[in-house]
Amino acid sequence: MLEEESNMAKFKTSKKEESQSINTASLPDIIFMLLFFFMVTVHMRESTMLVKVTLPEASEVQKLEKKSLVSYIYIGEPVNTAKYGDNPRIQLNDAFATVADIPQFVARERQARPEAERSMLTFALKVDQNTKMGVVSDVKQELRKSNALKINYSTRKVTHTNY
Amino acid sequence: MAKRAVPEINAGSMADIAFLLLIFFLVTTTMNTDFGITRILPPPVKNKNATVDVKDRNVMKILINSHDLLLVNGKPGNLNTLAQDVVKFMTPHPNDSRYPEVKEEYFPQLGKKVMMTKGIVSLKNDRGTSYKMYIEVQNELAKAFDILKNQESIKYFGLPYKDLVGKKKKALINKLVPIRISEAEPENVGGGK
Repeated sequence: MLEEESNMAKFKTSKKEESQSINTASLPDIIFMLLFFFMVTVHMRESTMLVKVTLPEASEVQKLEKKSLVSYIYIGEPVNTAKYGDNPRIQLNDAFATVADIPQFVARERQARPEAERSMLTFALKVDQNTKMGVVSDVKQELRKSNALKINYSTRKVTHTNY
Repeated sequence: MAKRAVPEINAGSMADIAFLLLIFFLVTTTMNTDFGITRILPPPVKNKNATVDVKDRNVMKILINSHDLLLVNGKPGNLNTLAQDVVKFMTPHPNDSRYPEVKEEYFPQLGKKVMMTKGIVSLKNDRGTSYKMYIEVQNELAKAFDILKNQESIKYFGLPYKDLVGKKKKALINKLVPIRISEAEPENVGGGK
């Protein structure tokens, strides 16, 4: 038996020994820790996409630092072109919107943040690369009017541009 | 003292449950980090008719038309050389009338006066310009200002901008190389919507 064999070791003093098994009681804690780490770091996509957005590529990009201080504005061709046509549309949160809805959206997004952080709010424009600048400019003008001046043109990161 | 066996709940399966949860989160969530070009829009203008007088030599005019073609200072531009052109334009050239004016500014952190260019890059696009082209131009401009920042950073600290440690140093470089891009209101000359 295993017990007899281990008794032969000199430094073992105990007379009776149970079969050695690793204590796994702390294993769930470790896994839970991993789990919480992922739950905290990972960002869930909160809105379903109503518009198709293929982001343009850029090499000189910055990382968006604080996810909680970023609001997204999506512009692109509707996913359901049969129903909504193929003109570029603006999506705010979960619904289609027009340029006129943006001031209200900005106000609501500001309200949702603590007062100290409101000035750091960034509006990330996720615009499809084939969109014409007209609608983007309208959105930018509207953001300017609402004093939402910090914007970010979302892009895909490439290490070198191929032109 | 006689040891009494404490009845223990078998926690062996707890790890399995936690693993299951962990794998569920790993699968359902997207770990995509967002990248982009951050820009500060100019504050809204109160008086629409008020014009700011800027000398012609201080402005580098970049136009993108509805066919995604570039016009730099009245001449057809090239996207490949745009970044270099902007770097050349924004580097202070004292006593050269082909380049923008310079002014001296005192920096207490450096303890001396530094030549600063008065140049501005003016970017104007048409309503029919594609977003892709616009971002490509913005990317080139960002590249140009990155080069300028690196030049200053190496000059004063011996390190490229991204390797600088400390907010103070970065703030100083950002002050030395302000991102002077002016975006005009778009025009609708190309007939795009």
